[in-house]
Amino acid sequence: MQSRTLPNTAGVGFKSVHFEDLADPGAVSWLEIHAENYMVEGGPRLAMLDDLRTRFPISVHGVGLSIGGEGPLDPAHLARLRRLIERVRPAQFSEHLAWSTHEGAYFSDLLPLPYTAATLDRVAAHVDEVQQHLGLRMLLENPSSYLVFEESTLSETAFLDEVSRRTGCGLLLDINNVFISASNLGTSAQGYLADYPVELVGEIHLAGYAEEDDGQGGPLLIDTHGAPVADPVWELYAEVISRIGPRPTLIEWDNDVPEFRTLEVEAARAARVMARRRAA
Amino acid sequence: MNGQGAFAGALLSPEMPCPEQLRGPAGRHATRRFDVYRNNVTVALTEALAAAFPVVQRLVGEAYFAAMARDFIREHPPRSPVMALYGAGLPGWIERFPPLAALPYLPEVACLEQARREASLSADAAPLDPQALAGLSPEALAASAPRPHPAARFLRTRHPALAIWARNAGRPDLVQRPAGEVLVTRPKLSVLTCAAPIGTAATLEALARGLPLGAALPAGADHSAIFACLFSAGAVISEGDPKP
Repeated sequence: MQSRTLPNTAGVGFKSVHFEDLADPGAVSWLEIHAENYMVEGGPRLAMLDDLRTRFPISVHGVGLSIGGEGPLDPAHLARLRRLIERVRPAQFSEHLAWSTHEGAYFSDLLPLPYTAATLDRVAAHVDEVQQHLGLRMLLENPSSYLVFEESTLSETAFLDEVSRRTGCGLLLDINNVFISASNLGTSAQGYLADYPVELVGEIHLAGYAEEDDGQGGPLLIDTHGAPVADPVWELYAEVISRIGPRPTLIEWDNDVPEFRTLEVEAARAARVMARRRAA
Repeated sequence: MNGQGAFAGALLSPEMPCPEQLRGPAGRHATRRFDVYRNNVTVALTEALAAAFPVVQRLVGEAYFAAMARDFIREHPPRSPVMALYGAGLPGWIERFPPLAALPYLPEVACLEQARREASLSADAAPLDPQALAGLSPEALAASAPRPHPAARFLRTRHPALAIWARNAGRPDLVQRPAGEVLVTRPKLSVLTCAAPIGTAATLEALARGLPLGAALPAGADHSAIFACLFSAGAVISEGDPKP
């Protein structure tokens, strides 16, 4: 049942503690893996992946390419990524509108970039290079934001739209990130989604956040991937699905990972939202 | 410095101010918001080290480990996005970290955890079946040159690091082991950890250099014990196997 495209159903981020549970996957019909976790020579991690890829469509999600980085893409990392893609033959590959490496140091976080003509040129060139190197059309994901850059001249939605126009890449719409950014920056999530080029969406991410204090009397939402999807995010998701129809939808839960059943309940909820749209 | 250099420089240096061009909503300063990234980076890297060195963390305590990790991370941020291998330098760093001199066994425990991690991520290979050598004459056996399995790692400990590790890793079978040699292997998917007879490490070093068994087994060592240990743990592969 390995597929060359992700189905318009619900999937979850794979965690090795859930390997046995996937004998009874319930509403979970595909899996996403973080590419970097499998860039190893051998052993149990790769053995699990080799098994899973015969049973589920796999989405490979990179977190370390640093597509928004000032420096060139790391050829060694591109080569590792290509080896993994050739091994897994995933239904999809996605990465982030962010940077994570500077002068060889890797920060293990998705760091923000200003949206200017110069960064647009750079990101588009990097996306182009990735697609050429891997021989596929990738998806680019919108980040969660805590701050903005004074020098930005483009909106994030215009930036993503233009990267796609120049490179032909698709987009991964992280609705939790949209909600977090809008709350943190005092903008409108609905407004963002109205401007966002939804026709380019090849996958949707849903996740949970934590709420902290911004030190200025307001909330600061943190993209923890460590909680259930929040109700306002579900509402935005339902609005998006009613506009564009079902899309491959991932439940992301990377910290304080719960029992598989908890993830499956979230996946089933996403599946119900898509089923209502199909019935409408 | 501006752009990502300034951002990157301030990420791991709490004494540096938040980069100037960053803003919160309505143009307000973004110090608290920049701290989210600082915290994310430190937490993610600390968690990666804690996942790789759980017994070291247990031995020094969570709070001490976090403080120590902060120092290590600032000196040695990852040089690759493949976090599975991050922290290979931590055992040596601990050895040179004066405040931990009172725990002289700690670097060896850290080395053992690093060896186990490397074994788990190394290339797969079928260990050499001792039956393959069973029919050889003593001369032919001495002339054969099996190679170390790609996952095989060894340590020479001056402290009972294996016992200390075992006590903290739920391995009651190994808690009485004294200082000495330790062998870590992964013949299939599970990592094996065992005490090894003296001379096992020297044998594996010599086999790695391509020497035949006859020259690899050190004089004065218990050759049959070393032999049994290497084969039962799956520490060698056939000389004819293609290089992984």
